Amino acid sequence: MANKQKTEVLQGTLALMVLKTLDVLGALHGYGIARRIEQISGDLLSVNQGTLYPVLLKLEQEGAIESEWGASENNRRARFYRLTKEGRKQLQAETQDWEQTAAIIGRFFEAKAEDLS
Amino acid sequence: MKSLRRFFLRLASFTTRRAQDERLREEIEQHIALQTAENIRAGLSPVEARRQALLKFGGVEAIKQDYRARRGLPFVENVVQDVRFALRLLRKSPGFTAIAVATLALGIGANAVVFAAMNALILRPLNVPQAQSLYGLQRESDHFPAQSYPDYIDLRDSNRSFDGLAAYNIGMAGLDTGENTFPAWLYEVSGNYFDVLGIQPYLGRFFHGADEHGPNSAPYIVLTYAYWHNRFQDDRTVVGRTVQLNKHPFTIIGVAPPEFHGTLLFLYPDSFVPMVNQEQIDGASFLNARGNRWVFMTLGHLKQGVTPAQAVADLNSIGSYLEKTYPGDDAQMTFVLARPGLYGDYLGRPAQAFLTALMMLAGLILLAACANLASLFAARAVDRSREVALRLALGSSRLRILRQLFTETILISLIGGALGLWGSVLLLQWLRAWQPFPQFPINLPVSPDANVYAVALLLALASGFLFGAVPVRQMLHTHPYSVIKSGSTGKIGRRITVRDILIALQITICAVLVTSSLVAVRGLARSLHDNVGFVPQNSLLVQTDLHIAGYRSEDVPRMQKRMIEAMQSIPGVTSVGFSSQPPLSNGRPSDSIVFTDSATDLHPANAATDAMLFSVSPEYFHADGTALLAGRDFTWQDDENAPLVAVINQEFARRVFGSATSALGRYYKMPDGTRRRVVGVVEEGKYTSLTETPMTAMFLPVLQSPSTQTALVLRSNALNSTEGTQQLAAAVRSKLRGLDAGLSALIQTRSEAMDFVLFPSRVATMSLGLLGVMGAMLSITGIFGMAAYSVSRRKRELGIRIALGAQRKEVLQAALGRAFKLLAFGSATGLLLGILASRVLASIVYQATPRDPLVLAGVVLAMAFLGLLATWIPAQRALSIDPLILMREE
Repeated sequence: MANKQKTEVLQGTLALMVLKTLDVLGALHGYGIARRIEQISGDLLSVNQGTLYPVLLKLEQEGAIESEWGASENNRRARFYRLTKEGRKQLQAETQDWEQTAAIIGRFFEAKAEDLS
Repeated sequence: MKSLRRFFLRLASFTTRRAQDERLREEIEQHIALQTAENIRAGLSPVEARRQALLKFGGVEAIKQDYRARRGLPFVENVVQDVRFALRLLRKSPGFTAIAVATLALGIGANAVVFAAMNALILRPLNVPQAQSLYGLQRESDHFPAQSYPDYIDLRDSNRSFDGLAAYNIGMAGLDTGENTFPAWLYEVSGNYFDVLGIQPYLGRFFHGADEHGPNSAPYIVLTYAYWHNRFQDDRTVVGRTVQLNKHPFTIIGVAPPEFHGTLLFLYPDSFVPMVNQEQIDGASFLNARGNRWVFMTLGHLKQGVTPAQAVADLNSIGSYLEKTYPGDDAQMTFVLARPGLYGDYLGRPAQAFLTALMMLAGLILLAACANLASLFAARAVDRSREVALRLALGSSRLRILRQLFTETILISLIGGALGLWGSVLLLQWLRAWQPFPQFPINLPVSPDANVYAVALLLALASGFLFGAVPVRQMLHTHPYSVIKSGSTGKIGRRITVRDILIALQITICAVLVTSSLVAVRGLARSLHDNVGFVPQNSLLVQTDLHIAGYRSEDVPRMQKRMIEAMQSIPGVTSVGFSSQPPLSNGRPSDSIVFTDSATDLHPANAATDAMLFSVSPEYFHADGTALLAGRDFTWQDDENAPLVAVINQEFARRVFGSATSALGRYYKMPDGTRRRVVGVVEEGKYTSLTETPMTAMFLPVLQSPSTQTALVLRSNALNSTEGTQQLAAAVRSKLRGLDAGLSALIQTRSEAMDFVLFPSRVATMSLGLLGVMGAMLSITGIFGMAAYSVSRRKRELGIRIALGAQRKEVLQAALGRAFKLLAFGSATGLLLGILASRVLASIVYQATPRDPLVLAGVVLAMAFLGLLATWIPAQRALSIDPLILMREE
C-alpha cells in the first residue's frame, strides 16, 4: 500500500515536470522528455525511465498534452508530445499550487520555537 | 468532466487496444535505441550500451501492465480475460463441463417450467380490464361456483356491491354454416357479460342486457377471434350472416378481440350466445328451475371502495332472504369470493397446492444440483491447488483468483441456465399445444414471459454463486509455500460427512422414483391386456349426438336403426351395436339407484344398489365383445309396448339376487316405481376407471330407455392394421354422410377412446419417469463428484499403493469403496421405500404391483448401471495414476 502511495506521489510530480518541460522546450519525444527531466532533477529518472510512459498516457487522456508521429534525430519514427491550451492552464494552476504549498511548508521548516510561542 | 472524458477515451481505446499496444512497443523501442546511441557516444561498447539502456528504462513488462491499466477498462478487460480462461479450462475437461452444465440445465429447466405454469395459472390474472377487482361467486358450503338461473337473477338485481354481475355456462352445439356442421364449444352468457367485463368487439357489436326479452328472444352469436380466423378465414362479411346452432337460426353479430378467450383460463370457447336462448342449445329450458345449479359461474367487478368482506355480507343477506322465500330449492346460501380464472377455489385451490408442491420439489432439485456441483468444484479446486499456489507465488492477488473462480462457476451456471430455459421453452410449447382430450378445447396458457426469463436468470446466477462459494475457503487457505513444497495432500476423512448423507439421500430418492416408474410402466402395460368386460381390440367407436344434429322424439330411434343398417352393410364389419355411452371412454356413464322388487318405500336410503345405466341396442354385447353369461340379448321387439326388461352384470346379480343364475326372470324396481324383469346376465367389467372396485351395472333396451347419444361399436378384423382402420373410418364417414350430411361424428378405435381413462395413469407414469430421470441425473453427478473428489485427494496415497504393488481391484476399492457403499445403501433403501410407495400408486395405475421379478431386476440393473456410469471416469483416473509421474511432480 505504502509503495503504491509513493508511486502516486512520484507520478504526480513527474506529470508536473513533463508539463513544465514541454512548456519550455516545445514538442519532444518520450526519450527527449526523459533526458531533460534527468538533467534537471538528477536521480529521479536515472532508473525506471519507463514509468514516464504511463504518465504521458494519463496526461494525454486528460487532454493536457497531445501527440503525433514525427521523425526523430536518428531519422526514425517517434511519438512527439506537445502541450495543449488546456495543459498550459493546468500547468499554471498546478505551478501556483506548488508554489503556495512549497512556501507554506518552507515557512514551517524555517519556523523556530520562539515564532510559535 | 475530466474523469468522464477519460472514461470515454478508455472505452474507445478498449476497442483499439491492439494498435495501442503496438504504439507503446514502438515508443519503448525508440526510447531504448536513442539511449543506446547516447551511451555509445559516451564511449560504451554497443552491447554494454544497450544493457545500460535497458537497465535504465526499468521493467518493461511492469510498465506495460501499468500502461494498460491506465489505458483501457481494466475491469472489463479482466472479465474478458477471465471468461476466455474459464472457457479454455472448460473445453479442456469436456466431461466435467457436460456433467455440470447438464445438472444445472436440469435444475433450472425444472424450475422454469414449474414457474411458468404457476405464473400462467396462479400469478397472472385473467386477460380482462381491471382484473384485480374481478371476483367470482362460490358457495361457502361446497366451494362450488355454480348457481341456478333464478338465483343468479336475484343476486344480480339485489346486490349493492358489484358493478353488475355476469354469468356464463359452458355448452356444446352443432354449428351449421350452411356447408357443413361441426360441434362448437360455446359460452351461454348473460346479456350483460361483455359490458360487465369491459370488453369491446373486434368486429360488429356485442349483445347487451337490453337485448334479453325472455326465453329464446336473442338469437345472436358472437364468435371468438380464433374461431372466426380458423372457420371463417377472417371474412369480415360474416357479421349479419345467419348460422344454425342445433338447427336453430342465430345471427352472427360480432367478433371478440383476439386476446379475449372467455373467463376460464384453460378452456377456450369458440363462440358466445345469450343465456336466455339456452333452451335451443341444451334442448330443455332451465331458466325457471331454481333448484338446478347449472349456471357454471357468476362473476363481476367490485364497486369502487367496496371490500370483498362487505360484498360477502351483502350477498349473504340476499342469500338468507332467498333461503326463506324458497325453502324447497335454496339452502346454505352463503358465499365467498374467489378468483374466477380457475373456476374459483374448486380448481384454483388444488391447482395452487399442486403447483406449490411442484415448485418446492423443483427448488429441492436445484438445491441438490448445487450441492453436487459444489462437491465437483471442490474436487476441481484440489486438483488446481498447484496452479493457484503458483499464481499466488507469482504475485496474483487472492481476489483476482476468486474472481476467476466465480467467473467459471457463473459461466457454467449461465450456460446451464440457458440450456435449461431452452429445454423448458420447448416443453412449454409442447404443453401449450397438448390436447389430452380431443373433445375438449383445453388450452394451457403457459407460454413463458419476461417473468419466467428473469426468474431463470436469477436462479442461474444465484446457483452459480452458491456452488462457487464452497471451494472459496479452500482457495483462500491455499498457502503457496506449503503446497509447492508438499503437493496437495489434504486430510483423508473417515467419518460420515454431510455430503455423504446428502448423496445417500439422493440415491435413495432416485431408487424410489426408478422403482415406482417401473411399477407404473408395468402396470400400465398390463392394464391394456386385462379383461375389462369388453374387447377393445378390433373395434371401432363412432360417437354421435342426435340431439345436436337436430333429431327429436320418434326420429331418434328411426335414425339409430338406419345407422346400424348402414354400418352392417360395410364389407368386413362382423357385428354392430350401440350404447348410449360406451364404458371406459370420455365422460362418466349415467347411473341410477334401484330397489328390490319387494321395496315399497322408494327412499334413496333403501336403495339396493347404485348401478351404472346404459341404453343399448340389440347385438351391442356381441359387437363390444361382452360375454353373455346367462339368458338372452335384446331384440328390436323389446320396445315401449313390450314388457320392461333389463340385462344386468354379474356384480348386480350377486349383490341384489344372490347369484347370476338365480337372477334370471326376477324383477327389480327403478326409482320411478316401474318393475323390470332380468332377461340376461353379462360378465362384469370396468365402467368409469380401470382402478374402480367392481360396480353394479344394468343395460336397458334403447327403445325402452331412449337416448339421443349414440355410440356405435363396430367389430371388424380390418382394424388389425392402420390402413384397414383408415379405410373403415372413411367408409363409416361416407355412409353417415349418405344418411345425413349434417351429422358430425367422432370416430376412434376403441383403444383410442380408452385414452381418457388411461390418462391419469399415463400422466402418473410419465411424470414419475421424468422425475426418475432427474433423480438419476442428480445421483450420477453426486456420485461422480464424490468419487472424483476422493480420487483427487488421495492421488498420492493411491500412487504409493500402486508403487508398492497394489492390484487394480485394491486400488479401485480404496478409491471408490465409499461411493459404492453409498450407492448400495441408497439403492436398497430406495427399493424398499419404492415397494411401499407402490401401494399408493395402485390407486392411480391399475395393477401396479412391485411383486414383479421384472421390476425388481430392473431397479437393481438401473442402479448398477447408474453407479457404473458415474464412477467410470474417476475409476479410470485412479487406475491411470502413474507413481513415477506423481513422484516427479511433487
